[in-house]
Amino acid sequence: MTAQAVTPTAVSKRARLWNRRQRTLAAIGACALLLITLVFGSWLIGDAGLNPVLTQRNQPPSLAHPFGTDWLGRDMLSRSLHGMSLSIQVGLLAASFSAVIGTGLGMIAGSFGGKIDAVITWIVDVFFSLPHLVLLIMIAFALGGGTKGVIVAVALTHWTNLARIVRAEVLQINSSNYVQLSHRLGHSPFWIAYHHMLPHVFPQVLVGLILLFPHAILHEAALSFIGIGLSPHTPAIGIILAEAMRHLSTGYWWLGVLPGLLLLLAVKAFDSLGENLRVLIDPKTSQL
Amino acid sequence: MLIADQVCFRYSPRHPWVLHQVNLEVTPAEVVGLQGPSGFGKTTLGKLLAGYLTPTQGCITLAGKPLPPQGYCPVQMVFQSPESAINPRWRIAKVLQEGQFPSLDLQARLGIHSGWLDRFPHELSGGELQRIAVARVLNPQTRYLIADEMTAMLDANTQALIWQAVLAHAAQHRLGILVISHEAALLRRICHRVVDLSDANTIRAQASASERA
Repeated sequence: MTAQAVTPTAVSKRARLWNRRQRTLAAIGACALLLITLVFGSWLIGDAGLNPVLTQRNQPPSLAHPFGTDWLGRDMLSRSLHGMSLSIQVGLLAASFSAVIGTGLGMIAGSFGGKIDAVITWIVDVFFSLPHLVLLIMIAFALGGGTKGVIVAVALTHWTNLARIVRAEVLQINSSNYVQLSHRLGHSPFWIAYHHMLPHVFPQVLVGLILLFPHAILHEAALSFIGIGLSPHTPAIGIILAEAMRHLSTGYWWLGVLPGLLLLLAVKAFDSLGENLRVLIDPKTSQL
Repeated sequence: MLIADQVCFRYSPRHPWVLHQVNLEVTPAEVVGLQGPSGFGKTTLGKLLAGYLTPTQGCITLAGKPLPPQGYCPVQMVFQSPESAINPRWRIAKVLQEGQFPSLDLQARLGIHSGWLDRFPHELSGGELQRIAVARVLNPQTRYLIADEMTAMLDANTQALIWQAVLAHAAQHRLGILVISHEAALLRRICHRVVDLSDANTIRAQASASERA
């Protein structure tokens, strides 16, 4: 009896302290803070750990080197942080460009229909029919490789999925009563696109952006691996992981596992950020 | 005067006629009922009159001119389910602003509380939402109203409240109303005359059959 009587008050007390909305906001804040720390952390720790110290090669994780050191005696924690920072920046930039292209073309195709829709759908199909790693390599190579090449190549090859999703969403609500009524109330297609369509597709775009992000990092690593991406001297997370592959069998587990976990943490943080934002944006759940 | 002149409609040449050579007219300040069994094209005729669809043959004219393809349409429609006619992501104030924000007088007549304005549509009941949907289209520029089963889902009290408000507004602004409904009692009570689509159906069936032959 007493246990039952106590539990609801305890729950309601906690609910009063932290309701759903506040918890969501707190989660968004924590994830954003973590990602900002990862991006700017490398500035704070400086470049000191990146220099080879040949007396301290292949050290396992310790207090002085929490992530251990590699075969040149470089501190893996500072390499991983630098790599994560670079990868997040490249990934975010590429994924955002991709999302903008995908949303724009999807909305145009869905809103205007007819010939414009046919042309855009055709372009999407063409991009789908080409293996996108080949396309990535060709674009990156044509641009001479480097960071710019990677960003442009990833941005130009990853918008197709999102464009299809956005187009389908726009087509669906274009035939809804409230959009048709908005036309009859004298609103222009641009007004409707901005006020009705954009808020409707935004959660999809956000989720799409988050799903693009790990792709962007992996493709950046793939391009770096074959030598037309980032220079092998830059500590990108993809390059670090590729190097670590060669040392896994020799027992230097920390070279791959710890930077891998950091990558996992960053991707998970993006995922959680997106999920919580979606909860906040959706009017059915935002007020709970 | 809102006139449907020999209006025919079908979705594509492969489909049978939904409407065939239908004539209808609504004059200002007149309340006309439209009845007929399900599937006889009542809603389609409403959508044609409000410009949601364009007739395959024949024409819809408003005071002698065709309906404006863009800009504010003086013929507005209210749908049966307000949930589908209101963007679920908008607060009520924004929904009302999509037309012209209703006057306090109209708000009072429809029983719209100011407390609803910053709520989301899912936080209001069906009857409350339908009143919002009605208030949105009763703008000064609206000359004709197509009420497609406007109160079919609502309880008697809300039904009476909405119709009183709409009829008072119509009388004041000389608004023509086309009431599409299954309820013979409702049509008898509020309409000046009632049009039955059942007769039109035999004509359309004959037209479809003769084309197929």
